[in-house]
Amino acid sequence: MDNLKTVIREPLFHVSKRDEMVGWKKALIYVIAVFAALLFGGIICSLASPKGNPITFFVSLFEGVFSSQRTIWEALRDMALLVSVSMALLPAFKMKFWNLGGNGQILMGGLAANVCLITLGGVIGDFWVVLLSVVASMIIGAIWAVIPAIFKALFNANESLFTLMMNYIAQCCVTLFIAIVVKGGSSVLTDDQLPQSGRLPIVGNQFLLTIIVGALIFGFMFIYTKYMKGGYELAVVGDSQNTAKYVGIKVKGVIIRTLIISGAICGLVGLLVTSGNYANVAVGVGSAKNMGFTAIMTTWLGNCNPLTILAACALVAFINKGMPQVRMDFKMTSDSFSNLVVGIIYFFIIACSFLIQYKISLSKKKKEER
Amino acid sequence: MIMFLQNAIRCSATFMFGCLGEIITEKSGHLNLGIPGIMCGGVAGGCLSVSLYMGAIPDPAHPSYILLLLVGILGAIIAGAFLGGIYAFLTVSLKCNQNITGLALTTFGAGFTEVIMKSLEASGGRQHFSVAATYIAKPLPFAESLGWFGELFLSYGMLVYLAIALAVVTGIVLKKTRTGLHLRAVGENPAAADAVGIKVDAYKYGAILTGSSIAALGGFFYVMDFVQGLYNSYQPVEAVGWLAIALVIFTLWRPSLSILGSMLFGALYTVSNFIPISSQVANALISFVPYVATVIVLLSVSIMGSKNVQPPASLGLNYFREDR
Repeated sequence: MDNLKTVIREPLFHVSKRDEMVGWKKALIYVIAVFAALLFGGIICSLASPKGNPITFFVSLFEGVFSSQRTIWEALRDMALLVSVSMALLPAFKMKFWNLGGNGQILMGGLAANVCLITLGGVIGDFWVVLLSVVASMIIGAIWAVIPAIFKALFNANESLFTLMMNYIAQCCVTLFIAIVVKGGSSVLTDDQLPQSGRLPIVGNQFLLTIIVGALIFGFMFIYTKYMKGGYELAVVGDSQNTAKYVGIKVKGVIIRTLIISGAICGLVGLLVTSGNYANVAVGVGSAKNMGFTAIMTTWLGNCNPLTILAACALVAFINKGMPQVRMDFKMTSDSFSNLVVGIIYFFIIACSFLIQYKISLSKKKKEER
Repeated sequence: MIMFLQNAIRCSATFMFGCLGEIITEKSGHLNLGIPGIMCGGVAGGCLSVSLYMGAIPDPAHPSYILLLLVGILGAIIAGAFLGGIYAFLTVSLKCNQNITGLALTTFGAGFTEVIMKSLEASGGRQHFSVAATYIAKPLPFAESLGWFGELFLSYGMLVYLAIALAVVTGIVLKKTRTGLHLRAVGENPAAADAVGIKVDAYKYGAILTGSSIAALGGFFYVMDFVQGLYNSYQPVEAVGWLAIALVIFTLWRPSLSILGSMLFGALYTVSNFIPISSQVANALISFVPYVATVIVLLSVSIMGSKNVQPPASLGLNYFREDR
């Protein structure tokens, strides 16, 4: 059979793993991706409305955030909250524990704070109410996170699905709370149904306290993950549970401890949202909606590095604050464009992780005969 | 009582579509947390195509039943496949993290849907929805003449029967056919599947696209059949989508069980409408049940550790051939 020909089909390109990329190259890729995503979002918005073009999209976005002192403060507050939640998720994610339950932990923390406010506000001194609220919200948040952690540690129960369910159970708890507290059929908790005394104090202006707490949480987590033994242990557990076992780290204990910290911070954020800014679990939760999910994105996009997470949070807060202005300038009917644009940015940045981890090389033509 | 059961079964179709879609996706080893967004996308695609169709025909009050149904289903499927395609491209080809991509997809899908629904509303495209809904939800012709039997089993729109049929077919395909075997192999151990010559990526793409298209039908059904094309009725779809993901665990990744599970979830979802309004606390308590039940099932599954009821072994992990 001398005319036997084997045609070797070579794929057009070839994907292989890359070595660790240089820092500035990574940063450049991300910056380009963000700009490409914003440009894409701007083009979509311009197509949807006759009023604008991609350039005015950028202008409006900036105006929305930097047009007044108040909007800047608000953006900073939103960023601080987002950073806090991301910092709460960071140790869990470093441990490869998918804590998708940030929402639920925030809700429960907020709920605990509201319960303290209602039962104790005006009964005992304001200082004690605030102190008890802080403690209660952190404990409840920690409990909400540690239940899935215990079952993960002992029985290897799937934590992403469990924490997800805990979100909804928390939501049901809030519904139940409102049903009990609000008498007379309406399911809306209004601000004047809550006592005035015993709320979080106002420091400077109404945003500053949140920002300070956010900065403290950031500082703590930065040090914890970088320089403390606990932070090192959880990183080892995340890399390889077997390695951790062999060097004598108690894996189960680390999982449970880390999630207690994670949940407690989320609970504290719940307190900040409900008792500080909005003083009401229903309203606070409505406005802080999905912060747990958004923080998952920022933590991941920030590649579990506190500093890059900070940048990711700034970006998301910036877009969320700027989009209403775009909407107004572009005369768009729905406020959901913000979600759309943020979603597009997520896709672009997620796709970046491919470029950073893998490289594509065109395969060379090989001989077709052999 | 019959009213209640009827409502529960009707509602169950939404869960069934979502749950089936997610089962198929998860069998290929991909945990798609974008299902809520995809179900929303199904709403957008279905409603958009229905309103386009209704606007194009000369007599919008009397559309053709078959065409309307087909156009709606097609619209939903296209939207679902589009969103599923984004997910598949990012997670299969670009090997991005599945949890993150799914959540991003949910954000994007919800936004996308609201944009389309709002623009439909602004352009007056939704005026035909209630007419379309009466057609899409039209019961089988002989339902009324058969008393309670007809009411309980035959009084639903075509989509409910489609959901049940799909569940049965999916169950058979997964369990009895070569394709199903290959798909399960891909989900359990992609490297082994690759080694015996199964096209892993093709199966993953196929499963994700099929699953997303089916899940999208759930959203379309919810708006056009379950709530009869009401204004703003698409908003609970996202929450239903999360429940559908819970349902996958609840039914232990088995399409046949998903029929019963969906009906149970449907009953729990609608039961509050049949309780006197005076007891809001009781309503709130009932809303706990689906989630708590799911958690209990999840825990008992992992504690028992039986081989038959575990999630696909490589669920959530991407496959890269050159990894060791």
